[in-house]
Amino acid sequence: MFIDNFYTKELRMDEKEKQPITWSCPVEQLDKSKIVLAHGGGGTLMHQLIKNVFENAFKNPLLQQHHDSAFIDVQGVKLAFTTDSFVVKPIFFPGGDIGKLAVCGTVNDLAMAGACPLYMSAGFILEEGLQIGILQKIVQTMKREADHAGVYIVTGDTKVINNSSGDGLYINTSGIGIVKQDPPPCPSQIQPGDCILINGDIGRHGLAVLNAREEIHFDPELESDCMSLVPAVLSLLNLGIPVHCLRDCTRGGLSSALNELAEESGLSFYIREEDIPIRDDVRGACEILGLNPLYVANEGRFIAFVPKQYVSEVLQIWQDLYPDLTPKQIGVVSENKGTPVILQNTIGIELALPMLSGEQLPRIC
Amino acid sequence: MKYMDEYRNPQLAKNLIREIKQFAHQTWNIMEICGGQTHAILRFGIDRALTPEVQLIHGPGCPVCVTPIQKIDLAIQLALETDIILCSFGDMLRVPGSKTSLLSARGRGANVQTVYSPLDSVKIAQQNLNKQVVFFAVGFETTAPVNAMAIKKAKELGLTNFSLLCAQVLVPPAMEVLLSDPYCQIQGFLAAGHVCTVMGYHEYEPIAEKYKIPIVVTGFEPVDLLLGIKECICMLEKGKYGVQNAYTRSVQREGNVTAQQLIKEIFEVCDQDWRGLGCIPHSGLRLKSDYADYDVEKKFHLTPEKNEEKQTVCIAGEILQGKKKPTDCPAFATLCTPENPIGAPMVSNEGACSAYYQYEKR
Amino acid sequence: MCLAIPGKVIQIDESDPTLRMAKVQFAGVIKEISLALTPEVTEGMYVLVHAGMAINAVDEEEAERILEEFKNADMDMEIPPEESSS
Repeated sequence: MFIDNFYTKELRMDEKEKQPITWSCPVEQLDKSKIVLAHGGGGTLMHQLIKNVFENAFKNPLLQQHHDSAFIDVQGVKLAFTTDSFVVKPIFFPGGDIGKLAVCGTVNDLAMAGACPLYMSAGFILEEGLQIGILQKIVQTMKREADHAGVYIVTGDTKVINNSSGDGLYINTSGIGIVKQDPPPCPSQIQPGDCILINGDIGRHGLAVLNAREEIHFDPELESDCMSLVPAVLSLLNLGIPVHCLRDCTRGGLSSALNELAEESGLSFYIREEDIPIRDDVRGACEILGLNPLYVANEGRFIAFVPKQYVSEVLQIWQDLYPDLTPKQIGVVSENKGTPVILQNTIGIELALPMLSGEQLPRIC
Repeated sequence: MKYMDEYRNPQLAKNLIREIKQFAHQTWNIMEICGGQTHAILRFGIDRALTPEVQLIHGPGCPVCVTPIQKIDLAIQLALETDIILCSFGDMLRVPGSKTSLLSARGRGANVQTVYSPLDSVKIAQQNLNKQVVFFAVGFETTAPVNAMAIKKAKELGLTNFSLLCAQVLVPPAMEVLLSDPYCQIQGFLAAGHVCTVMGYHEYEPIAEKYKIPIVVTGFEPVDLLLGIKECICMLEKGKYGVQNAYTRSVQREGNVTAQQLIKEIFEVCDQDWRGLGCIPHSGLRLKSDYADYDVEKKFHLTPEKNEEKQTVCIAGEILQGKKKPTDCPAFATLCTPENPIGAPMVSNEGACSAYYQYEKR
Repeated sequence: MCLAIPGKVIQIDESDPTLRMAKVQFAGVIKEISLALTPEVTEGMYVLVHAGMAINAVDEEEAERILEEFKNADMDMEIPPEESSS
């Protein structure tokens, strides 16, 4: 019935000598003096780099706010000021392109500070050989998204570099907006008992880019969720709903956003995995590739910390704005301080939800 | 997802955990030797739920422990110093060689492509006939038939630009090495359910007999794992040994004969280096001489460099055998962290030390 | 090194007899998978898929039997609803 004995039964020499087997697995330590790709992954390495290099050098109280934007008081007007850089391969992917990412990413950072975005800058680093037609396409996307978000791109810069391993271009932006809530949403405002809400299902963007880059050929093709979060935020602030904190779930996914805020606020969060909305296509793709959707990047999803009595109202507002999404409450801020993020998983066991140290890669293991 | 969600049923899991804790009258050390099972155990918190009655020891089943460092160095060298397209599973990209990793090499311009399947690398070879395409063929017996099919298809297509860098390993010889250590603390084994799906489990019967140890073929979902652990505990409590199958919807004693025949057609058993452990006889697979043209090392007369094992503070060996815990290591969470790993169990997300660092330290 | 997940065979393409490709559904996505290692598999059956190939058919009778055993052992559980094909 089965083929002949595939394995042999010979034993190692050591067995005869009855010596304990010493087993060490010396892994050469990676050079700590150099930047590695994981430094841009949204996980612990990136946070270490920010803390040890940038914050250490630039130290000032505004930088120590540790939020998506810095809050600046200018003659009695509170502004939010942010910057971001966009490096994505491929630059075109289902559901968007690097231009859409650049505008939405910037206005979203301002929205996370409770600000209405007003103006943006756009700096382009172009690789020699990039087709101008492609650049025009990207720029048209940016114009469309900026109009949709109600921002003006008022200044910019252009540099050209030698052709390298990039996909043709990189974009750096900065953005400025007027803060619409006093005090503005930020980690220090989070309070025990606050409810943690998410505006929709997770995991679409990271999978869309991975699928496009690695040509995995899922059917249907997975699309990025990239979109402006400004309407979802301003709809709450305009009604005077007290929003304690906001954070978008970009690199490192929902897990990074939760862990960052837990650390910055000094509080603990309790999350129920079964309440986290995940679409069927994302679920299937993640299972095939061995990815955990909690770590997959999003570009149109954010978490909000609001007092309990406002939860139904917020969820209804978001549902009316985006009928196709599934906004939900996913957890609460614990009354007790302890493990930063506790996840009650799908089989009912509670354990710490760690931040990944690098980027998730598809696996067969 | 059918045949997956049922095995993530929280009530079933709770009941099985309760039963295991009731059956166990002492602490038992059980090892799983598949990185996928380690991953599931950590992700679902099964080890924490079963402490202290069951101590789960995470065996050498992750890509880091399994793949010899010389092969990784050779893959990196091929990717960096030639214009070949190096195709690899995602798992291998972050595994460090003696100096760097495939991920870093890709960052420096090497043409390294992640593939979901070895068959995708054959397609890449078809689409790039003017380039050599090499697939880094790693894995246990589960992956062997897939790697074999890649070769079979490439030959059928008449491709001359496709080859494998072979680093395939076999589970039973590694189990014997662990069990033959007189100081071994392992009292029961969870056999990798998907290895057994391909190979069957009849080859584990003499091992169970020789070492008087229960070996339970176990799946990967939480209920599967708990069922396997429960059967193992039952056998241990009754002083029984032998092989049981707790993954019957996927595994038959004889395994998948079609898959085994394909493996035998393309590969033959050979001695294999295991990272840090040295050579285990008859623990690997290599391409048969008929397929020498598809073996990159033979095709281009390559000899992986033998690197000397360096002495470090790492106690990975004792951790993998269950003699010590990661927290017993002087370097744990100080010199050795996931960002700066010294030993293999800290490099991989499935490694014992990485798991302790992420879940226990906090 | 053994990530394998169950999927439902939706449509088999017999044009390549070596690979015997099929569309297999996993929750909300379909992926093309080789059935070369499982010649007995037909449309509608569930297979266990690893790295682009089905490594075995899921023994559905055995799966149902085990779940029934859990029920009969008074294990309190709710069986999830049947997955519908696209």
